[in-house]
Amino acid sequence: MGVTGNDAIAYAVKQAKVDFISAYPITPQTFTVETLSRYVANGEIDAKSMNVESEHSALSAVIGAALTGARTFTATSSQGLVLMYEELPVASGLRLPIVMSLSTRALSAPINIHNDHSDFLVARDLGWVMLYAEDAQEAYDMTLMAYRIAENESVLLPAMIGIDGFIISHAIQGVRVLEDKEVADYLGIRDARLKVNIDEPISFGPLALTDTYFEFKRQQHEAMTNAYGVVMRTFEEYSRLSGRSYSPVKNYMTEDADVIIAAMGSTVGTARETARILRKEGLKAGVMGFSLLRPLPAEEIYETVKNAKAVAVLEKFLSYGAVAGPHYLDILSAIYRRAEVPLYDFVYGLGGREMTKEMIAHAAKKSLADAKEGVRVGVRFPGVRD
Amino acid sequence: MSSTKSWKELEMAAVLRAGTSLEFKTGNWRSEKPVIDYAKCIDCLICWTFCPDSSIKRNGTKVSINYDYCKGCGICANECPVKCISMQKEEV
Repeated sequence: MGVTGNDAIAYAVKQAKVDFISAYPITPQTFTVETLSRYVANGEIDAKSMNVESEHSALSAVIGAALTGARTFTATSSQGLVLMYEELPVASGLRLPIVMSLSTRALSAPINIHNDHSDFLVARDLGWVMLYAEDAQEAYDMTLMAYRIAENESVLLPAMIGIDGFIISHAIQGVRVLEDKEVADYLGIRDARLKVNIDEPISFGPLALTDTYFEFKRQQHEAMTNAYGVVMRTFEEYSRLSGRSYSPVKNYMTEDADVIIAAMGSTVGTARETARILRKEGLKAGVMGFSLLRPLPAEEIYETVKNAKAVAVLEKFLSYGAVAGPHYLDILSAIYRRAEVPLYDFVYGLGGREMTKEMIAHAAKKSLADAKEGVRVGVRFPGVRD
Repeated sequence: MSSTKSWKELEMAAVLRAGTSLEFKTGNWRSEKPVIDYAKCIDCLICWTFCPDSSIKRNGTKVSINYDYCKGCGICANECPVKCISMQKEEV
């Protein structure tokens, strides 16, 4: 069917038979919950949809519903995610398998409604499983898989799926969907072992001070470590079910590549086209696209880049004053002392600034040339006016 | 209460089962302890009514203090109409 990225997610949420939805409208996410509200109003889904006055309340309401054992969903963007912040580590600390979609958008100030990854990437250390979809098809598939991963007994963590705001959230693409029954069989009904229950009262979220807090955080790290194996199994299962294959990093012509372009989101497609053009020119380029950001697929990253001569890391995010951005640091931590591959960081596209094939090709060529000369440079900003 | 359990032994997400507050002896929070002078006590049960921690027990009209849970807040001593409860420094 032809749907936008937002509607692809909403359709998956409907098929997942969620019990509870709460969200607050914010561009470019709005249509996700608008479509879900229509499903609820039309009786197409047996869920409670709660209107609230802010994103902080939306995630708070979802946390409350998830504590009763309900399957839940919320969605947001940019300032909405930032307003939710207080509740993000609460959802993961309470070990609730909430699923949230993020139609990513630049952060204020100044106000900007267009896409970059400032909202998504800054949330990476709050204990959520982080998936990123490149197009509407991946957005649909990952939403279904997110429930499967999050609700696994050895994980029980919330999961977030990012899509590029407007570029994917609003563009209509062809999406292949599963039959309702296939999804029902695949996901089943959430069976919460720990939940609010009158017959067996439990207190959630009590005080845990110096004698136990550290242990609970260690448990969360273990759950995230377990999530890695569960993600891998889920990708395999889902490939069998849907015929579409998934992996934590999407490798394109990386096997023999001299330079690998690393990116996340819709830019990955542009980078693939760029790699094809570069290959015609005689430059062996490849592309590594991130699908899974947390848990970090360190082995896959290492295996992908270990034989390259340079990696051009494209970041739609700026870590002010840092030596490099989060993708760069993730790749570096995966290869450190195992492969001597020079990394070059390119911050691009902030506030929706265009990233063309020519700019990506330049970044790839520049990285390879710098690597040959052994140059060490800081972050570069393709597309910014000097 | 000080836990010695490892992260593998502790139940997930810091949940607490009902009734476990009995295991949490808050008496060691106390810096002053209430002591009843039974010679002056008129069995009015006002202290039993006011204690916010249910740490004053009664047997008929006779009251006694459960020092396992009394935090030493002093409300009983303040409310006693005949001032038969005195707050005394806790020995360390």
